[in-house]
Amino acid sequence: MDPFVLARIQFATNISFHILFPAITIGLAWMLLFFRIRFTQTGDKAWEYAYFFWVKIFALTFAMGVVSGITMSFQFGTNWPGFMEKAGNVAGPLLGYEVLSAFFLEASFLGIMLFGKDRVSNRLHLLSTFLVAFGTTLSAFWILSLNSWMQTPAGIQMVDGVVMVEDWWAVIFNPSFPYRFFHMLIASFLTAAFLIAGVSAWRARSGVDGPATWKVMRAGVGVAAILAPLQIFIGDLHGLNTLEHQPAKVAAMEAVWETESAVPFNLIAFPDEQARENRLAIQIPYAASLILTHDPQGEVQGLNEFVGEHPPVAMVFWSFRVMLAIGGLMVLVSWWASWQLRGGREPHRVLLLTLSAMTFSGWIAVLAGWYVTEIGRQPWIVQDLISVQEVVADHASATMTGTLLGYVLLYAFLLVSYIGAMRHMATKPAASQALGPVTFTTQPSAQH
Amino acid sequence: MEFWLPIIYMAAMGLALLIYVILDGYDLGVGILLPLAEESEKDTMIASIGPFWDANETWIVLGVGILLIAFPLAHGIVLTHLYLPVTIMLMGLILRGVAFDLRVKAGDHRRALWNRAFFAGSLISAMAQGWMLGAYVTGLRDGTTSVLFSVLIALTLPALYVVLGCGWLNMKTEGTLQRKSHLWGGRAIWPMGLGLGLISIATPLVSPAIAAKWFSLPNALWLAPIPLVTLASFVGIVLTLRTSSEQQAAQPWRVFGLTVLICLMASLGLAYSLFPHIIIGQMTIWEASASVSSLLFTLVGVALTLPMILAYTFVVYRIFHGKATALSYD
Ligand code: HDD
Ligand code: HEM
Ligand code: HEM
Repeated sequence: MDPFVLARIQFATNISFHILFPAITIGLAWMLLFFRIRFTQTGDKAWEYAYFFWVKIFALTFAMGVVSGITMSFQFGTNWPGFMEKAGNVAGPLLGYEVLSAFFLEASFLGIMLFGKDRVSNRLHLLSTFLVAFGTTLSAFWILSLNSWMQTPAGIQMVDGVVMVEDWWAVIFNPSFPYRFFHMLIASFLTAAFLIAGVSAWRARSGVDGPATWKVMRAGVGVAAILAPLQIFIGDLHGLNTLEHQPAKVAAMEAVWETESAVPFNLIAFPDEQARENRLAIQIPYAASLILTHDPQGEVQGLNEFVGEHPPVAMVFWSFRVMLAIGGLMVLVSWWASWQLRGGREPHRVLLLTLSAMTFSGWIAVLAGWYVTEIGRQPWIVQDLISVQEVVADHASATMTGTLLGYVLLYAFLLVSYIGAMRHMATKPAASQALGPVTFTTQPSAQH
Repeated sequence: MEFWLPIIYMAAMGLALLIYVILDGYDLGVGILLPLAEESEKDTMIASIGPFWDANETWIVLGVGILLIAFPLAHGIVLTHLYLPVTIMLMGLILRGVAFDLRVKAGDHRRALWNRAFFAGSLISAMAQGWMLGAYVTGLRDGTTSVLFSVLIALTLPALYVVLGCGWLNMKTEGTLQRKSHLWGGRAIWPMGLGLGLISIATPLVSPAIAAKWFSLPNALWLAPIPLVTLASFVGIVLTLRTSSEQQAAQPWRVFGLTVLICLMASLGLAYSLFPHIIIGQMTIWEASASVSSLLFTLVGVALTLPMILAYTFVVYRIFHGKATALSYD
């Protein structure tokens, strides 16, 4: 196979694997802090049990994130040496600040957070938990700043094909950064919220639950119920921003070929790049114009304006649909669950089944969202300035195939082991059973 | 500025990599020693590195990070050339990093599997790092001498890490395990010494440029402390390892400290051999360096954060000082 394609597949595989773990840890770290603070405030042991159970899963997830992240930090050099040559003046410092300000912080205080409870005061332990959470968020800040800059470059000048920075503030807070940062943070909270709610529901269904299990489930559902709608709102703003800076990407997200006004929204469509049209589209009239321009008659630029310079349409289109579907589903499920669980009620079993089915739904949405973002930027590595083709390393295709195969096998094995370990931990009787049996305020109305 | 900035960054990169070799060196070494220990001792060994390993590994991220920040041109060339060993090292690091957690979380029936993964990952990473170092010192050129030299370092570095690991266990453990660490140290020190000796002989042979730097007259005199201190440290370790276990336990810092001294000397020697090249015979640090504005921007961050990083690294080691106790999350 073409080494260029292989380099892309390899990079995509590695980053897709890496993002799974930060997507959990960024949100989960703050939730752990919340459990700790609740315990300190109320003295309710259930919060402490909740913390102990989830900190183990956090540690495992964090370790997966760290080792896959180390891979990422070598990948720019091994796969895209030209990217560093041309854009190193931006990418280097931003990544450097991430290492200096965030990685050491989280890695150092993680030790205290995990193993230091008996050795330090409650305050220092709380502080360490906070610093780990803060560190993960700071990581996201820097890396998303870099990624957003690649989407919407600002604050620089090209001198002899090399990026020279003129204004660091403009580089860091580039036009798409605020949207991407908040959208990703909320994505991470949603991923973590559905994870903890899903695992708790699974434990309840298996009869190994204790009082802490239900506290955690309620916390997860509550967080999701508030953030899921907010995510849709921010996603919409994000889309408007993309329309302004990367119209070809939006055209691909919506599979719009011709520039038109009053554009319908394609619920389902099969984009055909050869024929440059959609086969078999199911549409909502005016909706795309309404969403993108907030005017039913608004004009939307089509892909035909960007022939030869737009991303592969079907991938972007479908990934976007997957993200939207999960986003919508998250609102429905979290609201339904909040209603069922209100005031300490016992929920219907179907809810527990649904929540456990959605345990990893955040992962799918996050991957889908990133595929929209990254594939949608093609053929550019830095939008309108540097193309991917210019920067690839020329490794022998046999070497690339071999290492790619190695990574895929390793990751598959690790993913199975990770989920297996989580399952193993979740199947043990909850330690919080020591606090007595689970009680509910009412029996489920619709049961039996 | 244009003159000094690359030198400052070169020094910072060297420092980060030296700290990496020492810190991750001991925990990789402990990983390589794992199969030699009894089941319950394995838990103690892992507990002794538990709170530290993540921060230890972050130093290599900083090392390549600085290479990328300061010398983007070299970053691409070096990492593309070292593609294979880097990939192998990464896979090793991945395997051992997760094995660490999974050996206690995946259930007892999986423990033996993850213990093996921890050992294999540690050994693979150590060897791959040796290979990378070898290829780097020979100027990233292909050819038989370069390969032989890389193999030599790939075999020596794990031995060095094992000695560091033994020194670490001497400080962090007691009883049978501590005595075993003395025994293991006594065995690993010979391949390490032999390897270091051969490398010292081979380096000037494979690289005439390096030979010229070391064997011209005024230089040779003021460089003499480097090999002399190394030799003295080596003899010191050998003598310490010959004393009784009680005596070694009474001076817990000795072996570790002397091995660190060897690492320090080796890195000074290496820095002298390389300077001012970032890739020997191809590119100087000035030719590879990023723009002054970018270097200054990051320097502010380095100046602010590096003291903080060192401070909290110190705090963490203080909190977890003393003999390792079983890890618990409670
Ligand atoms: C739990 C995860 C999750 C959920 C439920 C959603 N998203 Fe999302 N989305 C992401 C997770 C995500 C992401 C993976 O985090 C991305 C990729 C890059 C980024 O910053 O966020 C993203 C990117 C992203 C982009 C940017 C594409 C680009 O220009 O690069 C847009 C326009 C949206 N999203 C829109 C939405 C809308 C309208 C949603 C409502 C249903 C939505 N997202 C739900
Ligand atoms: C925020 C940090 C990120 C940075 C700096 C980054 C950078 C890059 C770079 C340099 C490339 C290679 C050039 C290219 O093919 O365009 C790339 C491609 C890609 N990235 Fe990212 N990425 C980031 C996050 C992610 C995440 C989290 C994912 C997915 C989960 C992702 C998925 C992809 C995919 C699928 C490609 C390949 C696109 C293609 O070649 O068609 N990226 N990214
Ligand atoms: C291509 C881009 C990326 C690179 C080079 C990269 C690099 C790294 C590295 C080296 C680590 C390990 C740090 C340590 O030693 O403690 C790490 C962990 C982490 N990364 Fe990434 N990363 C990338 C993409 C991302 C993205 C897209 C996010 C999130 C938005 C992210 C968030 C984190 C977080 C929160 C951690 C902490 C560990 C964890 O929570 O699992 N990274 N990353």
